[in-house]
Amino acid sequence: MSGAALIARQSSSRTATGQPVGSLSWRFQQALKSPVPYLGLLGILLFGIFWFLTTEYLKLPRFEKLPGPIEVWTEFTSRDPTYGTSMYTPEYYKHIAWSSLRVLIAFGLATVLGVPLGLFMGWKRTFKDYTFPIIEVLRPIPVLAWVPLAILMMPGREAPIIFLAFLAAFFATTLNAMLGVESIDESYFRAARCLGSSPWQIFKRVVVPGAMPDVFTGLQIGVGVAWFSLVAAEMVSGEHGLGFLIWDSYVLSQYPVIVIAMVTLGLVGYVYSAIIRAVGRMLMGWTARTQA
Amino acid sequence: MMAAMQDMATPARAAANMETMAEVRIEGVSKSYTIGPIRELVLDQCSLTLAPGKLTVLIGPSGCGKSTLINILGGYERADDGSVTLDGQPISGPSSDRLVVFQETALFPWMTTYQNIVYGPLVQRQRDMKQVEVEAGRLLDKVGLKDFRDKYPSQLSGGMQRRAELARAMINNPRLMLLDEPFRGLDAMTRELMQEYFLRLYEDKRQTVLFVTSEIDEAIFLADTLVLMSNKPGRIIKSMEITLPRPRVASLLMSPEYLRYKDEALEILHEEAMKAFAGGSQAAADFVEAYDKRDA
Repeated sequence: MSGAALIARQSSSRTATGQPVGSLSWRFQQALKSPVPYLGLLGILLFGIFWFLTTEYLKLPRFEKLPGPIEVWTEFTSRDPTYGTSMYTPEYYKHIAWSSLRVLIAFGLATVLGVPLGLFMGWKRTFKDYTFPIIEVLRPIPVLAWVPLAILMMPGREAPIIFLAFLAAFFATTLNAMLGVESIDESYFRAARCLGSSPWQIFKRVVVPGAMPDVFTGLQIGVGVAWFSLVAAEMVSGEHGLGFLIWDSYVLSQYPVIVIAMVTLGLVGYVYSAIIRAVGRMLMGWTARTQA
Repeated sequence: MMAAMQDMATPARAAANMETMAEVRIEGVSKSYTIGPIRELVLDQCSLTLAPGKLTVLIGPSGCGKSTLINILGGYERADDGSVTLDGQPISGPSSDRLVVFQETALFPWMTTYQNIVYGPLVQRQRDMKQVEVEAGRLLDKVGLKDFRDKYPSQLSGGMQRRAELARAMINNPRLMLLDEPFRGLDAMTRELMQEYFLRLYEDKRQTVLFVTSEIDEAIFLADTLVLMSNKPGRIIKSMEITLPRPRVASLLMSPEYLRYKDEALEILHEEAMKAFAGGSQAAADFVEAYDKRDA
């Protein structure tokens, strides 16, 4: 290929501003050109107005005790917050860090243990026959029902909290990985066998990539329920973290802080999901692309 | 494309392949399935020899047990009765020296065209990958997928997927290629093209091939030996040598010899088709229609 042709080919996959097509900033720019983000912002704005009207303006019965958006925002952006928690206080970030770290450990364990277990269950019928019934019985037990046992079983203060978050995520990652393998069409296994694959190669090159879309669905659900159970666990037996902050603020009647912590949970949870989605997209280029 | 068309097998290459060419003997093979209380005989005492380096086409109405025979040769199923041998060795279990291309596309969707094609040599770990890379490039060229080397199967059309799959099988130099209605479901134009691509690959390598189809034109166009099968239970009713010259080109479909073969085959199949037609088979209805039109 001549130099000129090479340059022409490269430039075709770049935008006028020189960013490669498909990069994060390129996708961001594309998104801003569509109405989607603006509609989303409008939705959030409408919700904010509703919140303001019910709590601060109309002061409807049962709503008047709730902190309104202006009160929450003032508290959050204050350098000297009335209740001691705002974007300027290190306390706020310490709570986020505690919760994030716990979820990271719990979710990490659920991934490292659950995904291989689920893949293996989906792959080996007999193994599934042993393990599936016990998992199916344990799974519907609400995580909160585990609280006493978790405290009895696990040493210290941290372990029970992480255990509860782990447990919830573990079932999601395991079962989705298993379903992922089971959804792989039999013809791929047949083809792999007839092309001379060893069992290990079938696992590596067919089972793992074939189950990947469902594995990532499981991770998304897993990280969601990990946050969910974490907050519950922190409310019961924590001394840091966003769940603890919510409960503590309730007990001390510091209502705006509750909302600050809630919104923070929403945002942090969103970031976690977004990271998993991005990793999934990176690993599974083949699912996103359509007919050329 | 014309240049590639002319790049046919040289006698030297054909000779080099002699030692790897396989003979398959199918002797008295029967197979039946039990579905609930009913026991249905699918293959009844089938005997057939696939000559080394020859392209044998098996044709018969749908549901006559052609796929079952492919599955037995592929090693996915066992015959109830009779013996199946490849160069004297009984067949047991799937193996990369007998490659099967099934009706449905089984390209791995998570691999690019190139990764799919080199999959066999990659997992078998018996060949130098540099050499495999060269061969894969040559095959990609040959099936017209050079520009789609790094695309995923979902980005290819149906015909392209089938070609990629042919290349994925061919690169392993299997001693026996088994194709189970590989071009079914493609539109007529694509189908014709695929037959030409397939012949180009076959005439280059001359492996022993068993090709199953329910299309009479496809069958005669491809075959060295045409084997006709009856319906329920599947029996082999006739074996015809097709001596049309190779390399075969589409204009052959107009030649008198071709039409004579077609007449002869249709005559035999007509009888069988009428039986199957009574059972409501679409392929059989097509046969009857083709038979009625042959003099027009």
